[in-house]
Amino acid sequence: MYTVSDVIQALDLTKTFGKHTAVDHISFSVREGEIFGFLGPNGAGKTTTTRMLTGVIPPNEGTALVLGFDICRSPVLAKQGFGVVPETSNAYTDLTAWQNLMLMGDLYGIPRGRSVDRASELLRVLGLLERKDQKVQAYSKGMKQRLILAMALLHEPGLLFLDEPTSGLDVQSTQMILSLLRDLNQAGTTIFLTTHNMEEANRLCHRVGIIRAGKIVALDAPEKLKVAIDRVHRLEVSFDREVPADALAGLDGVLSANRTGDKWQITAENRDAAIRSLVTFSREHNATIVTLNTLAPSLDDAFLRLTREDHP
Amino acid sequence: MNPAGYSEQVRRAWAIAKKDIRIYYIKGPVLIFGIFMPVFLFLAFLMGSRQLPLAFLVSGLVGMTLFFTATAVSPAIFPWEGQAKTLERLASCPIMVEAIVLGDMIASTLFGIGITLITVVIGLALGLSLIHGITLLAAILLAACCFSAIGMLLAVPPTNVPSNIMMLSSLLKFPLVFISGIFVPLEQMPPWGLALAFCSPLTYFADLVRYSFTGSHFFAVWVDIAALGFFMVIFTAGTMYLHKRTMPKRM
Ligand SMILES: Nc1ncnc2c1ncn2[C@@H]1O[C@H](COP(=O)(O)OP(=O)(O)OP(=O)(O)O)[C@@H](O)[C@H]1O
Ligand SMILES: [Mg+2]
Repeated sequence: MYTVSDVIQALDLTKTFGKHTAVDHISFSVREGEIFGFLGPNGAGKTTTTRMLTGVIPPNEGTALVLGFDICRSPVLAKQGFGVVPETSNAYTDLTAWQNLMLMGDLYGIPRGRSVDRASELLRVLGLLERKDQKVQAYSKGMKQRLILAMALLHEPGLLFLDEPTSGLDVQSTQMILSLLRDLNQAGTTIFLTTHNMEEANRLCHRVGIIRAGKIVALDAPEKLKVAIDRVHRLEVSFDREVPADALAGLDGVLSANRTGDKWQITAENRDAAIRSLVTFSREHNATIVTLNTLAPSLDDAFLRLTREDHP
Repeated sequence: MNPAGYSEQVRRAWAIAKKDIRIYYIKGPVLIFGIFMPVFLFLAFLMGSRQLPLAFLVSGLVGMTLFFTATAVSPAIFPWEGQAKTLERLASCPIMVEAIVLGDMIASTLFGIGITLITVVIGLALGLSLIHGITLLAAILLAACCFSAIGMLLAVPPTNVPSNIMMLSSLLKFPLVFISGIFVPLEQMPPWGLALAFCSPLTYFADLVRYSFTGSHFFAVWVDIAALGFFMVIFTAGTMYLHKRTMPKRM
């Protein structure tokens, strides 16, 4: 199940708080070079899982191999290779941005000259260079979050954990962070991203894992999840002339056809077969197709379906 | 570079110490407290017991200064940082709990030594002569390490409420001063008092300071130094072991 190129391998991770099991024997792996989205409703155990993976809290059972090191047995070696943007922003507010970054450099054993170069570069990219000598106390939420990201990236980690990095930020800060993440990933950084934002996960992630009440309920590429969630597919088609309804409904792969305005709403068991029949149909009836849309279920739909209490 | 090796971890501990000094020690109120509290205690004490010689009083003052300054701030650092979540950041960095504790100890050791040297200078300005300067320096160094370990031991209960810890540490620190031969010379103590005094590292430090200023002492110098060294090793090992265990409870 696991290969050498898995950067994170969670093995039966379990965390209980008193009688409450926050994370319940979850196993999954994250491959090198991918952006892995970790989704789930509030209280599902996302942050708890992230904290176990990053060695902040010890699991009650199970363990995780992160960058090839057992996070429980060789925490320092594992931590040396990844960066973390935690759920709550935690720069030292009594220090300036620059001092926070230098502290990170020292804690990761980076030579001072290198730290200085990296810090200047990151502050520039994240638009904080002018405010670098100001205490973090005076920073806005978005500025703090960008600083935290810079602090996580100072030592050029090959793996980055982010716990809801864009929650509560405006469009500009969000875009700045997301585009930086995309660039980093392009350059080879593996990213483990916890988020509530389906749109963000949909656009950014290669694969997503959905956790509900401490258990993984789905693990796949966003597109496949969306498709898997709805057995019945919907298509929308319109022709340049009138076509008989029963002819459409009788097509191979088509379950039903209903007219709304000038369009036909088609439900299909097999999207591919339905589209092929529609094309053949248009040729046979000399009816040009004006529009043809596949109405994909959104990741939101998939998410809601998968995280509903009654879902198996 | 081996990130988990001792030399690298000690270097990272030094980064923690620098951070502590910047954030927690170089603050007006902390510095003022560090200097004034022992001075006022001493003045109160000077007026109350005029029959004791100045050399004895200054020795006590130096002992108290080092003890109170080296244990003043460090017990609250973990609760503060736990509350501010900066501790979570440290926990996700490649630094061992032992190295974080060491860093906090280094900072409080340096703070203690700095303020204590000021008190020594005050003593010298009051006309005292320093007979054994090297012994005094060695004693201050050793005792500062020992007391900063005590400061970190006081921080072991994993609460993130700084005032709880400050309360608890005052409750433990003041009695320790009273049993350590600072207010009453060891020679005048009843046997049960002496038995208590033996258990306090401050006793041996005060004895060394007194020796440095007056030449007289209760224990042999090597006994004092050995005792301080012993307490330092035990307390340092103990505080590192205990913090390693309680750290996850702070998250
Ligand atoms: N330190 C703690 N002590 C007790 N219970 C905790 C602790 N941390 C988390 N929990 C519980 O564990 C469960 C999972 O919490 P977690 O923070 O991992 O959820 P989450 O998926 O990150 O939620 P959110 O989307 O709101 O951030 C919750 O029921 C929470 O109450
Ligand atoms: Mg969370």
